Amino acid sequence: MAAPSPGTHTRPADVSHQFETKEQQREAGTLGMWLFLATEILFFGGLFCGFIVYRSLHGRAFELGSRLLEVRFGAINTAVLICSSLTMVLAIYSAQTGKSKGRIITFLALTMLLGLTFLGVKLYFEWYHDYLEHIVPGFGFLNRPEWGSLSPEVEMFMVFYFFLTGLHALHMVVGIGILSVLSVMAARGRFGPRYFAPLDISGLYWHFVDIIWIYLFPLLYLLGGRYSLRGH
Amino acid sequence: MSSSTAVADLPAPSSGSSVNYLNATYGIKSWLLTTDHKRIALLYLTSITFMFLVGGVAATLIRIHLIEPQGALFEPETYNKMFTIHGVVMVFFFLIPSIPAVLGNFLVPMMIGARDVAFPRLNLLSWYLYITGSLLILYTIMAGGLDTGWTFYEPYSSAYSHTHVVAAIFGIFINGFSSILTGVNFIVTIHKMRAPGMTWFRMPLFLWSLYATSVIFILGTPVVAITLFLVALERIFRVGIFDPALGGDPILFQHLFWFYSHPAVYIMILPGMGVISELITCFSKKKIFGYEFVAFSSMAIAVISFLVWGHHMFVSGQSVYAGLIFSVLSFAVAIPSAVKVFNWTATLYRGSISYAAPMLYALGFIGLFTMGGLTGLFLASLAEDVHVNNTYFVVAHFHYIMVGGAVMAYLGGIHYWWPKITGRLYPDGWARLAAAVIFIGFNLTFFPQFVMGYLGMPRRYAVYPSEFQVLNVMSSAGASILAVGYVIPLIYLIWSMRYGPVSGPNPWGATGLEWQTTSPPPTENFEEIPVVTEEPYNYPGIEVPTRG
Amino acid sequence: MIAFSHLMFDSGCSIRALIPLHPPAASSIAHDFDRLHYTLTAITLFFTILIFSIIFVFMVKYRRRSEDERAEQIIVNIPLEIIWTVFPMLICAGLFVWASALYVRNSRPPAASTEIFVIGKQWMWHLQHPEGPREIDELHVPVNVPVKLTMTSQDVIHGFFIPAFRIKKDVVPGRYTQIWFKATEVGDYHLFCTQYCGAGHSKMIGWIHVMEPTAYAAWLAGNEKNPSMAQEGERLFDDLGCAGCHTPNNTGLGPSLVGMYGRPEKLRDGSTRMADEALIRQAIVNPDSVPLPNYPPVMPTFKGQVDEEQVIELVAYIKSLGAQERTPNP
Repeated sequence: MAAPSPGTHTRPADVSHQFETKEQQREAGTLGMWLFLATEILFFGGLFCGFIVYRSLHGRAFELGSRLLEVRFGAINTAVLICSSLTMVLAIYSAQTGKSKGRIITFLALTMLLGLTFLGVKLYFEWYHDYLEHIVPGFGFLNRPEWGSLSPEVEMFMVFYFFLTGLHALHMVVGIGILSVLSVMAARGRFGPRYFAPLDISGLYWHFVDIIWIYLFPLLYLLGGRYSLRGH
Repeated sequence: MSSSTAVADLPAPSSGSSVNYLNATYGIKSWLLTTDHKRIALLYLTSITFMFLVGGVAATLIRIHLIEPQGALFEPETYNKMFTIHGVVMVFFFLIPSIPAVLGNFLVPMMIGARDVAFPRLNLLSWYLYITGSLLILYTIMAGGLDTGWTFYEPYSSAYSHTHVVAAIFGIFINGFSSILTGVNFIVTIHKMRAPGMTWFRMPLFLWSLYATSVIFILGTPVVAITLFLVALERIFRVGIFDPALGGDPILFQHLFWFYSHPAVYIMILPGMGVISELITCFSKKKIFGYEFVAFSSMAIAVISFLVWGHHMFVSGQSVYAGLIFSVLSFAVAIPSAVKVFNWTATLYRGSISYAAPMLYALGFIGLFTMGGLTGLFLASLAEDVHVNNTYFVVAHFHYIMVGGAVMAYLGGIHYWWPKITGRLYPDGWARLAAAVIFIGFNLTFFPQFVMGYLGMPRRYAVYPSEFQVLNVMSSAGASILAVGYVIPLIYLIWSMRYGPVSGPNPWGATGLEWQTTSPPPTENFEEIPVVTEEPYNYPGIEVPTRG
Repeated sequence: MIAFSHLMFDSGCSIRALIPLHPPAASSIAHDFDRLHYTLTAITLFFTILIFSIIFVFMVKYRRRSEDERAEQIIVNIPLEIIWTVFPMLICAGLFVWASALYVRNSRPPAASTEIFVIGKQWMWHLQHPEGPREIDELHVPVNVPVKLTMTSQDVIHGFFIPAFRIKKDVVPGRYTQIWFKATEVGDYHLFCTQYCGAGHSKMIGWIHVMEPTAYAAWLAGNEKNPSMAQEGERLFDDLGCAGCHTPNNTGLGPSLVGMYGRPEKLRDGSTRMADEALIRQAIVNPDSVPLPNYPPVMPTFKGQVDEEQVIELVAYIKSLGAQERTPNP
């Protein structure tokens, strides 16, 4: 008793051939993104795990390393990213509630701008200055006398710092790329209350990148023993 | 006699229509830019077969070299590259992708009654990532090789090896994303695209095993990716991460590496187990014994597999307590596998057993996997592992599972679904002969290695004390037979594509949605999406017992 | 094949000599181990043969006799599922307990063990007796005396494996690993490196010579031209300037090391560590990682100036100071 399968010949135009309904397509895309984010958690997770192990093995050296970082830039960047997540949500909301495409594009552009601000602060104020101060491993890293015999471990802190923040920055660049594609799609009037899945799914990715930073900031910048109730 | 093994009501495949996925479009672009999961499966089949030959050549050279205690062919430096390349290619570029990328890609949509996977373009990207990774490995081989062992232990791989470690790591890294995307695709497809009426417990067990495998793909692969990336960073920027001379901990590398690489071995065997469930049921015309038990065992294996990595490190300086925990969990992971073996065997009871080549592979698998799995208990036993770890005992154990298990399951699956994929039948006599030759050659190659290992011959030795020679020669003799066994199917399968008799839609009389379409299937798999009304493996019985 | 026939005719011609099936059992744990091994073998062979036999019987008995034959669809039997889940669990539990007990029992060396120090380096084994003799790729030990090996690597990870004694442990750079054995049969036994370490991995092999006590004593006496490890350590202690800061009675910049070995040390961050070989080594190569309270962090690192052999000799010297009475730290 075969029921005629739904939608075989009445599939809407923007539903790919392997799906039967738009709902199925959207759900598949969302589940796919969540699964991909799970892989990203494990990806960063390996690094976090290594960092935490070394932090417990070489506590003193990692404190010294953390003190090389400037909390104010990290804090500014944290605020920038949190705002960018807000603007991203507003872009999605604008599409969901049928606002003009100009509005969607504005919020997307703001998100990108904030992302670029993040990258700018990181690249110039942090990394470039670190390079000038000779604390970039592999690029003229110089041991400082106050580190004593802990120099190799301090350098290792900086290796983790650059790799963690570098990997994060790479993900941000990809995110900005995705946002620019979305902006083009928005400019063509693709998004509205009936179709905003790409915005939604990309929003998941963007928030994830934000959350990774929210873990990185305290781990790298704030746990350096420079804030203490006892003070030393 | 009807196509009464239908699990759904479908219009009978129109005979006389000869348009299928193979000939629907022509030209190299239609293949290299395809998004049809069936064509992608064939792209994988070609490239994976090629990489199998590369790894197989390395294995052949290794076994020839080991005929002489002082080494018959190479200097130790070259031998070290041989076993490394054999391991890297076979593990990452053959065993891990094989069944999921070839049989999985072809069959997952068909078995659940869908037109394609959830993300066809990602599927194509997966293949290109595989190719890129393979090219980097081939470059590594041609530029002078790799000598770190497939395990890349530190600090040898970062600070001491003079071979192309970074190129090889990037090959493996990129290939890892191929796996990850395949895993994402399968999970979403199975969750969201099952045909109406196909509940989870109406799915063929092959899908359960691929689902479990995909969970491991997603959670495990990123960890090894990032770990190997760190090793590459150490080499490129000459910094310390795992190098103790620079403050690092080489044991941390081992923990991170094995956190993936142990579940990876279950990536290699779970799909094979899924194939076996399909073969046993079809070729004994029986429903599987204990369906839920087999399905849940697959999931249990996937979960527990993440908890046992430390059994690779019992003698690396781990604490006794860690050893105890990993040992008990390693015993635990053996239980679901045992449950499966018993369920498969019970499925044969009072069945109608055919001796077709796929069945011979399946039956061989069950016995050899039993042996391989039980020798794993030796390695899970702390006191025993102290002696046999890093000897040929371990080599024999994993080859029993990977070759006696996974490769035989792969070959069995290829033979089983070959008519569906190509529309042709191959000569069964030659196929059975090849299966027998492979079985005999395999045992002759690897059984002596258990004895060698217990005697104390370490693995990765280019030269060895002469008292081990007889066993080594026996093993090499077996390997020559095994090699012949592998070549035979290559010949008749290729021959059959042109000259084999045309198979109908269902030459084996099997259940399963994939058998309800033409062989080869049309590009869109089904003219209409089927509605599933029956349980899987619904072979008619003499008495049909009420379930539950 | 030429080599094969050559072996056949030249060796003792007994089948056992041709295809040996088990290594000599020459240590106190070997027989316990072999019992476990053969039990595992029996279980493996039993179940493998059982499964193969059942399959074979079913293959023959239930072979397909006609194309439209139907099978009896017996597909569920919960009691059977329970039996073949619980039964393997019990076997596994038993094996786990047995193997773990053996392992735990053997993980701690007996108190009165002779100590030997092992340095693995690409691609040789350096074995040092505390009395002085140094051996390369060979180790002479007395029979029936427990021997404790403290091991480290100069470069990459190696593995120390004596099949006849059923012992194995990785030898890791940057830390000490320990293993012990008590040889029970006089003879010569293989020593293998068992963790892949590069080009010379398969040549990093040697011999363990187990001797009667009198023969061993004679060997030791004949090889005592070298100063003992502690004496070498004392020489280094002076040459490297350690004595300048680490004076007895805590009169120098650094603490007195007399009586320090084997006692707990309180570190500046409040934690306590046992002053064992590992801590002494760490203090030598990375002093700022183990700062003491009440002492300025001025000790220079000696990483790169001393190799692992010299570190072990310094450790031996400091251990020898442990016998004397200690003035507590201020």
